[in-house]
Amino acid sequence: MTSLTLSDVHIAIGGTPIVTGVDLRVPSGRRAGIIGPNGSGKSTLLRAVYRHLPIARGSITVGDEDLWRLTPRRAARLVAAMPQETKSDFDVTAWEMAAAGRTPHKRPFAPDTAEDTAIVTDALTRAGVAHLARRHFATLSGGEKQRVLFARALAQQAPVLVLDEPTNHLDVRHQFELLDLITEAGTTVVAALHDLNLAAAYCDDLYVLSGGRVVAHGPPADVLTPPLVGEVFGVDAHVTAAPGSDAPHLILRPRSGTGR
Amino acid sequence: MRAKPWAAYAVLAALLVAGLAGSVLLGTVDVPVDTVARVIAWHLTGQGDPAAWSVSQDTVIWNLRLPRALLAALVGAGLAVSGAATQALVRNPLADPYVLGLTYGAAVGAVAVIVIGVAPLGGATAGAAAFAGALGAFAVVYGLARAGGTFAPLRLILAGMAVTYGLSGVTSFLVLRTDDPGMTHSVLFWLFGSLAEANWAALGLPALALVVTMTALLAQARPLNALLLGDETAAGLGVPATRLRRRLFLLIALLTGVLVALAGGIGFIGLIVPHAARLLVGSDHRRLLPVAALAGAAFLVLVDIAARVALHPQELPVGVVTSVVGAPLFLWLVHTRARDTTGL
Repeated sequence: MTSLTLSDVHIAIGGTPIVTGVDLRVPSGRRAGIIGPNGSGKSTLLRAVYRHLPIARGSITVGDEDLWRLTPRRAARLVAAMPQETKSDFDVTAWEMAAAGRTPHKRPFAPDTAEDTAIVTDALTRAGVAHLARRHFATLSGGEKQRVLFARALAQQAPVLVLDEPTNHLDVRHQFELLDLITEAGTTVVAALHDLNLAAAYCDDLYVLSGGRVVAHGPPADVLTPPLVGEVFGVDAHVTAAPGSDAPHLILRPRSGTGR
Repeated sequence: MRAKPWAAYAVLAALLVAGLAGSVLLGTVDVPVDTVARVIAWHLTGQGDPAAWSVSQDTVIWNLRLPRALLAALVGAGLAVSGAATQALVRNPLADPYVLGLTYGAAVGAVAVIVIGVAPLGGATAGAAAFAGALGAFAVVYGLARAGGTFAPLRLILAGMAVTYGLSGVTSFLVLRTDDPGMTHSVLFWLFGSLAEANWAALGLPALALVVTMTALLAQARPLNALLLGDETAAGLGVPATRLRRRLFLLIALLTGVLVALAGGIGFIGLIVPHAARLLVGSDHRRLLPVAALAGAAFLVLVDIAARVALHPQELPVGVVTSVVGAPLFLWLVHTRARDTTGL
């Protein structure tokens, strides 16, 4: 019902093709990770899903609705995003940041209802930051900020969640905690992740992007093989099993001959 | 801590009313309070005896002070709203409507018709030319900023600065080329602003522009809030930044163009008042815009009183006083209220 499907998606920026012919499908309630080196087109692809960048060709559908044929507001009720930008020069409280998630649900002049307040309170509570509601967003720590932004995505009540490097700048514990929260939310998720082991541990499927194309996809154990990691990321990988799980765990080293 | 919105509304409305009253009561000619009240009541309701006061008192109260006070309120409110909108447009809390080049556009328009010496519209010629100049500057900035289809904040500011510098050169050139001693005075009027030309007929247009712009902005208050968080975030919230910015720019140009054409480029209000309003009630445009409008109105009415009585009987340009009064007030606000935020 709320699966996310990208078919033959092409995206160009200023005439330069960045993403070419990407097919991707996330079944309802599953989590897909997008991995790939810097400049492989991960963020660009995600930006098209939350309609920041237009697609030149192909289609993006949520359930049976074509995202790019909907009004921006309607699309934002299907897809919530946690982009990388977290900085604002303006004074905004954590509450206001989370309440911004209600934007696509409100018509001009519509006041905040008791229902909106309940939804935002619930979102902040689920994200574990209800006690920070009155704090100014800019004064929060990196981990707290990400949780508030996650609360905003929850308050948006969209069945699909797009995350662009959600664990950037977070320490190890906060990385796990945020990804646990995202898992608990139970929505359909597509996330760009830098950390291959986190991607392997938290995603049902991985899509490997290189040069704007999907070069491999499937369950983490099938995708994260030493030859593929070597070819795409240019590092040597040794694969073991993560303790207490089926997920593969990678030990990475510089390419033979280039390291010590 | 932020102020409660209703408290801010109440205090600012009281200040505005006090300012309007003071503005009508104070001036070069002493008119007793009860006479002032009777003159206004007579004009509004037709009740009373016009023989109880002189024609000159009537003129001073009804034709000079009252329209001037109301124009100050409208221009102050308009500049503050326009400033708040500009800060959202370029996503920079230190922007004011004049970064978009409109003031110098107005100055060039007005000065050009004075230099050329034509007046097809009689007394309204300079104002109309100023409005045309402001819109001309707007069109150039709009065109420059739109290149590439992004309408990015930085491009807007750079385009506005380039146009401002270019037009300030043109203004200086026109002034240097003329022997007209009235020219300097005229240029000062357009660049620093003045409320001295106020009359009843001049109030309709800014009132209309203010109501239209304010309504349109309040209808977009939530999208404006989203715009402050960045283009990507806005997109994810269903707010296409470029489209919203284009609409916003048109509204700002309309309102600022009208205000500058009537009262010249009164400085500092578009910067300091929205900023002060943010410190008071936060950045949510649903509260920010009304608070900024009230604060701007009250501020300019009070400043205009100061401009008229400070060096009595000489009158100071109101733009000079906004800056002299505004700067320390602003510093005080920043110092006392910015501690719990890191916006500054």
